[in-house]
Amino acid sequence: MKKRSIINPRDIPMLVTLALFTIMFGVGAASFRGFLSLQNFYNLFIDNAYLIIIAVGMTLVIISGGIDLSVGSMLALSTMLTSSLLEKSHWDPIAVIPTVLFVGAAMGFFMGYLIQVFNLPPFIITLAGLYFARGLCYVVSIDTIGITNEFWQKAASAQINVIGNNFISSSVIIALVVLVVGIFVSRSTKFGRTIFAIGGNEQSAILMGLPVARTKIILYSVSGFCAALAGIVFTLYTQSGYALNGRGMEMDAIAAVVIGGTLLTGGVGSILGTLFGVFVFGTIQLLIAFQGTLNSWWTRIGIGFLVFAFCLLQRILESRKIGRSMKRVPAKPEPVVSKG
Amino acid sequence: MNMAWWKALRRNKLFWPLVALAFLMLFNLFFTPNFFRMEIKEGHLYGNLIDILKNGAPIMLLAIGLTLVIATKGIDISVGSVVAISAGVVAMLIGGDLKGVPKYPIPYAMAAALIASILAGMWNGMLVSRIGMQPVIATLILLVAGRGIAMVTTNAMIVWLYAKPFTFLGQGYLLGLPFSIYIVGFLVLLTALATRRTALGLFIESVGINPTAARFSGINSKNLIFWVYAFSGLCAGISGLVVCSTVMSADGNNAGVGYEMDAILAVVLGGTSMNGGKFYLIGSMVGALIVQTLTTTIYAFGVPPEIAQVVKALVVWIISLLQSSNFRAMFSGMFGKREMAA
Repeated sequence: MKKRSIINPRDIPMLVTLALFTIMFGVGAASFRGFLSLQNFYNLFIDNAYLIIIAVGMTLVIISGGIDLSVGSMLALSTMLTSSLLEKSHWDPIAVIPTVLFVGAAMGFFMGYLIQVFNLPPFIITLAGLYFARGLCYVVSIDTIGITNEFWQKAASAQINVIGNNFISSSVIIALVVLVVGIFVSRSTKFGRTIFAIGGNEQSAILMGLPVARTKIILYSVSGFCAALAGIVFTLYTQSGYALNGRGMEMDAIAAVVIGGTLLTGGVGSILGTLFGVFVFGTIQLLIAFQGTLNSWWTRIGIGFLVFAFCLLQRILESRKIGRSMKRVPAKPEPVVSKG
Repeated sequence: MNMAWWKALRRNKLFWPLVALAFLMLFNLFFTPNFFRMEIKEGHLYGNLIDILKNGAPIMLLAIGLTLVIATKGIDISVGSVVAISAGVVAMLIGGDLKGVPKYPIPYAMAAALIASILAGMWNGMLVSRIGMQPVIATLILLVAGRGIAMVTTNAMIVWLYAKPFTFLGQGYLLGLPFSIYIVGFLVLLTALATRRTALGLFIESVGINPTAARFSGINSKNLIFWVYAFSGLCAGISGLVVCSTVMSADGNNAGVGYEMDAILAVVLGGTSMNGGKFYLIGSMVGALIVQTLTTTIYAFGVPPEIAQVVKALVVWIISLLQSSNFRAMFSGMFGKREMAA
């Protein structure tokens, strides 16, 4: 009998990510003064809180075998709605937050409904959603809307000390809550297991009697909700709404998910891995910021390259798995010979 | 009444796209003043219709490559970024000399831009055909990284060009019509000949319908898919040259943004299904004209270009619905009941 390895092969991409993050952070610490500090690590959370939130929703959608390209524009729409409702319509923050979240979830629901009920390709529907939400931003306002609301400013500037003088922001708390809820739902609920089942094989999931249609529509609603929440967190970060916010962020989120070890074909993945993916993404940005002379557009190229590298790793692991299962079943299927 | 010709007409794949185009034109006839007015100034035609041809040329060029990609059941959403790369490369090589003296000869600069675009397309093709990535993700990488590459090529600046001969590509006129439309015509003709007069078109369609079956019948699907993406890159490169020449500048950040959407819309409107298989080049061209007419109509009503995206997104959703068999079944079910009642 072959000895079973201690590491589950499914976790390999995630561990690679963790190792990559450690190495990159180590390189930063070795090359730049002041890179290695607890605050710098917290900054990964502070600067990427919105990305963590979006990526949690995206992870769930991708595990189910789908994709949501509309998240970046949805984030922008959410920042526009938030700032416009606060500053132009003078709504109370208590009313603004649920309204914005509802719009995000409703938009996700609409797209999920089209995808599921009419059996349409997710990427084309959500690509149209990308342009739809981006266009709506300009309907709200062409210009940047600054937020001067008192509650918003307080929430934005709140600093919570954790260990010594190092602090985190209020958006980090929101991101952590989303993260924990996401991990719990994906690991320990029926809903979560249904998502994995759909991603593994949708037909089997239907035959098993799982509520596939309902789950998929809810998933896209959740992704829309997360994008809207990320938009609110983004306004805490920038204290304004702008129609060009979050351009290309769908790629950042997908990158974080893929780097975190979630298979783009669905069925395998974890939200914890996605968190490490966001860390890798954030560390690249930190390194470029510390380096100081490189054009920030290199981040985009670097992310593109990492996605490529991890997709390649996934394909290699997958083909090895297929190779092994082929060995186990040596019998070739009978060739079909037509008679007559 | 003899209905046979009517049935035959309706069965023609170009029928519905042309009806949609005619409908848009009719709308403009009534609601947009002077839409059809044509003038002859300095020996060439001027007017909204000519503008539609001229402004639609970049999208038409993209749609040619994309039609073949979609026929193989793929997608290329990186075309907008490749447009930016091509424009960036040609602009950097010609250089922003105020007297219009090109840094390198213009044909070399154009060739370099096209080579860069083909390489970009080959990269996509490699990811899809050799590594087996889903086309959306493979081309999404270049959609984002490509914009980074375009920005790095132009040093994140907008490069203005003053080299006179280069303007001809996007602004010149030949026999009264914009020159860019001749490029489109030439490329369509070439592609149509290559796909319809040889077995190539059949191969592409069979790969789109069933790649495994196509492989078993002796088609090298991997190579075919690879070259189809490379061709899409080339089309995007030519489109980038036309765009750069029209505005005489290269803006890595904004050149070709959202073009992928217009091009996909054009292909799908032209009757090519997103599920792969049959493709209609001429249909895609009519589709591109519909998209451009729609855009022009929206602008004519004073709607900012950014908001036009909303209308286009709605059109994509509606077209996708019309292509969905579930939706048609639902619709014809309703229709059938009504017939029964009557």
